[in-house]
Amino acid sequence: MKHALRPSQYVILLTVMLTASVGDTLLSRGMAQVGPVDLHHLPLLFHALANPYILSGIVLLIGFFASYMTALSWADLTFVMPATAFGYVVVALLSRFWLHEHLSLYRWAGILLITCAVGFVAGGPSRTEHPSSHPDLDFMDSGAGR
Amino acid sequence: MPTTVAALHLPAHHVFRQWSAILTVALLAITGEVLIAAAMRRLGDLDRLRTGPGLRGYLGPIRAILSSTLFLTGAFSMALNFFAMLYTLSIVDLSLAAPATASLTYIGNAAAAKTFLKENVDRRRWLAVLFVAIGVILLAK
Repeated sequence: MKHALRPSQYVILLTVMLTASVGDTLLSRGMAQVGPVDLHHLPLLFHALANPYILSGIVLLIGFFASYMTALSWADLTFVMPATAFGYVVVALLSRFWLHEHLSLYRWAGILLITCAVGFVAGGPSRTEHPSSHPDLDFMDSGAGR
Repeated sequence: MPTTVAALHLPAHHVFRQWSAILTVALLAITGEVLIAAAMRRLGDLDRLRTGPGLRGYLGPIRAILSSTLFLTGAFSMALNFFAMLYTLSIVDLSLAAPATASLTYIGNAAAAKTFLKENVDRRRWLAVLFVAIGVILLAK
């Protein structure tokens, strides 16, 4: 049986795709401003928490974890995985069109492959149905015999 | 590719240590993700666990998640994965460590989801996993 996702569930998958990649990018930009932190200067990490890029990165990564777990509550792990990978594509495209970095042919090929992967999986069912341990209850649920 | 060239000049035991670290990171990620996925599958659609409207309604799902042993074990494994990755980055270049751990994790997750979560990993999903694994490597180039 093919599970049709509700619009709100598509929004959750979109959140999974965007939050992880944008969150990582914000953290990386923030840490570049803070500078290198080593074991002898750990208090610097608290200083890093005052950086707006790092704060927004942390908020987005919390959002990622929440939406990822929500997605796993109604979809298979192998269905959600390509969505998380699509985050890499988002970062690559952001770096090309926002930061105007050069993308090599290899990277364009990578973007194409991951996009195809998302397409393959999105065309199939989102959830594996396991045979029920109570077939008689399922029979009653179906309304048969009423 | 500087990493590969550098790796050619490394002693065999160092290369072995690098790949052991990469494999450990991937194994911890696979264990964590599969345990968390199993916990979420067992809990079912989180919307049904909401205790009411608004932000307070999320207390129900949060309480249910935090009292799941499967989830807590998975989260512990993900925490170990984080520290293992930090160690790996101290002995392996990021340009090798990031795509290698990501690709191995995607392939391992699919195998583990089929074996332990009994997910129906059909040809379409295997192809997707393969494309993602190669795509991640190409993006890191």
